[in-house]
Amino acid sequence: MSKDIRIKKGVDIKLQGSAEKVLVAAPRSESYTLKPTDFHGVIPKMHVKVGDHVDVGTPVFYDKNNPEVNFVSPVSGEVVELKRGAKRKLLEIIIKADATDTAIDLGKVNVGSMSPEALIAHLLKSGTWAFMRQIPYAVIADHTKKPKAICVSGFNSAPLAADENFMIEGKDKDFQTGLDALKKLTQGPVYLNLNGKGNTSTVFTKATSVERNQFNGPHPAGNPGVQVHHLNPVNKGEAVWYIFPQDVAAIGSLLNTGNYNAERIVCTTGSEVNKPQYFKTIQGSAVKDLLKDGLKSDNVRHISGDVLTGNQVTAEGNISFYGHELTVIEEGNQPEFMGWMTPGLNKFSLSKTFLSWLTPNKTYTINTNLRGEERAYVVTGEYDKVLPMDIYPMHMIKAALIDDIDQLERLGIYEVTPEDFALCEFACTSKMEVQDIIRKALDLVKQECS
Amino acid sequence: MKFIQNIFDKVKPNFEKGGKLEKLHPAFEAFETLMFVPSATTKKGAHIRDAVDLKRTMITVVLALLPALLFGMYNVGYQHYSQLGELEAQGLMGIFTYGLLEVLPLIVISYAVGLGVEFAFAISRGHSINEGYLVSGMLIPLIVPVDVPLWMLAVAVIFAVVIGKEVFGGTGMNILNPALTARAFLFFAYPTQMSGDKVWVSGAGSNPDAISGETILGQLAGNNEVTTSISDMFYGFIPGSVGETSVLAILIGAALLIFSGIGSWRIMLSTLVGGALIAFLFNENGNNALQSFDWISHLLVGGFMFGAVFMATDPVTATQTTRGKWIYGLFIGILAMLIRIINPAYPEGMMMAIIFMNIMAPLIDHYVVEANIKRRLKRVKSV
Repeated sequence: MSKDIRIKKGVDIKLQGSAEKVLVAAPRSESYTLKPTDFHGVIPKMHVKVGDHVDVGTPVFYDKNNPEVNFVSPVSGEVVELKRGAKRKLLEIIIKADATDTAIDLGKVNVGSMSPEALIAHLLKSGTWAFMRQIPYAVIADHTKKPKAICVSGFNSAPLAADENFMIEGKDKDFQTGLDALKKLTQGPVYLNLNGKGNTSTVFTKATSVERNQFNGPHPAGNPGVQVHHLNPVNKGEAVWYIFPQDVAAIGSLLNTGNYNAERIVCTTGSEVNKPQYFKTIQGSAVKDLLKDGLKSDNVRHISGDVLTGNQVTAEGNISFYGHELTVIEEGNQPEFMGWMTPGLNKFSLSKTFLSWLTPNKTYTINTNLRGEERAYVVTGEYDKVLPMDIYPMHMIKAALIDDIDQLERLGIYEVTPEDFALCEFACTSKMEVQDIIRKALDLVKQECS
Repeated sequence: MKFIQNIFDKVKPNFEKGGKLEKLHPAFEAFETLMFVPSATTKKGAHIRDAVDLKRTMITVVLALLPALLFGMYNVGYQHYSQLGELEAQGLMGIFTYGLLEVLPLIVISYAVGLGVEFAFAISRGHSINEGYLVSGMLIPLIVPVDVPLWMLAVAVIFAVVIGKEVFGGTGMNILNPALTARAFLFFAYPTQMSGDKVWVSGAGSNPDAISGETILGQLAGNNEVTTSISDMFYGFIPGSVGETSVLAILIGAALLIFSGIGSWRIMLSTLVGGALIAFLFNENGNNALQSFDWISHLLVGGFMFGAVFMATDPVTATQTTRGKWIYGLFIGILAMLIRIINPAYPEGMMMAIIFMNIMAPLIDHYVVEANIKRRLKRVKSV
């Protein structure tokens, strides 16, 4: 039973610097990092100490609240540093890589003959469980509960996002094994949601044991949160899990070979990147090794992920666990004389208050300037235009600001992820940090109601 | 522009925490951000942001008000000289200049007093100065009679900014439209100055024998025949508040508001529909001049159009939900026309209708949102 869903609300922000579909191998980094901060809500407890030697797949830390959930090393090497921040919060675990990788062998398994419980235990032990996240709360999936469905979004609609079709190419066997494993984990359907615009990889079109759906429309049509809202909205007490296609293939690879597969395809993108393209690399690799061709300017921001939801990283830092883009854009830390009065031919805005509406197909370079100051809410209706859900975003945000848990529940907080509100944050005239507000609301509800 | 930046950078430390003029920081910040979009960058979440901010939004509304303002100035001169029979002698420039000189003091007083209060509140409370008054300060001169005494206007502005806005926490928090609060204050505090035939045409007060001018609604309320042509009502060559007379100028502004996405076309349209509906129903069985006044003309005269385009659409005081906007506008149109036609003591119903619906807006939104919540609860039950 496949569905064809048309999304009307939202917007595709056209930015310069999209990656060319060329795949090259990135050089091996000197060191790789695991960042506990990539996993929202996880309190890391170490399995290893500084100086220990780890292999690919060696558990490095686990979650204090869910000790079964392991996070494993992507390479073999030596743990050289635990970088801590304020209040000794663990920020990064740095692993100095050996020249070649040796992997822990967990043994090949046959998904078909495995019980769901054994499969879950296997995934938890192997470190692949971290790929699986859940709605509600947008955190790593709770393995003790059964999801009513699992959602694999076959396309990313965010600005300059990596092309899932390109990245999954050639991984048919692992991807299918991964899907078979997902099917074991839920009584409900496994959704494979594809872009209605076409150009879909045969890996997706030929996959079996899934319910394929088409989504047509602008960003955020590719977000699992939006897709699940339209296919099978989450009510209180229920859960839907979601996972990236590359990670499905990584699970498949683990089951087929017995080894943790940390290899990922990541694209470099953004207006400041010379030769933006796709790289075959390893989770947590160094930013500088992906930017060998250099940057167009110095005053830049490195973002691991897309421009709307990614994490800021430093030029010397490493890429994050989720997300398949390394975006580099101009830092907007320069004041602009009378900027709010200019005609604005080069200023992208969803409102037509700047003359940029004259050129609707232009691609823009947008820097990181906030473009104004934070204000109380004045303009209404601008969130509704970019959130394709049957949810009142401004009312939800106001309920979140006053910690009104009852109202948040009633307004549908269980159906959303912070990423779904990224465009609201982009569009906000009052410059609110909308994703942060929603994230805190989710944390609050999780803490109080689960 | 580097040298201006340098000046700001030089004096800035005085206004920072610990500086000599720390208390005046909001005022300094207001001027600095007026000259320069700040260099503040995003920290997390969305790394890029829409170019629009509140300053841009507000300046766009002020732009949309300009046609009505310019025509209003011309019409002030036109009404004045047409009563004196000197239209030909004065010529276009003479007429406009007269109006300009009459209206300019209203604008100056409105901005000076209003921004003064805003700055005082911002400094005493240490919050930044919001751009909202840029629009309110322009709206107020446009919705008062041209001959309103300046001290009265000043008092009304103070009342509007303090009671209408600042006591609730400033722009974005207010319940009533500040500009309409100013007008309502004038209307109830000084009723004789805000009605009758003495204030609507410039000079009527000082030269009552030569000049008297009643608004069309005033004439209708007196059950008099109105002979003004539809085209005069549409173009705006009629007595009335400064900016409200020309439907053409207002529609130009409306086009800008709708195109730029700042004004809600839903509210504008549903207000027109509501007003037209009621006027039309009264037309069908009219007993007096107001009731049988043609429904199209009803929409053209008085503050109906101005209110529908610039007042009802104020996003802070209007409903926030899309469905709510339809209901809100419809009720404004209906109420405005009902007050106007049934109660001749208030020939201008638009102000009352919008203020009343300002108060009702949260209620409308509440029921719209409740409907959404009910849908969600029903879904849970059906599982």
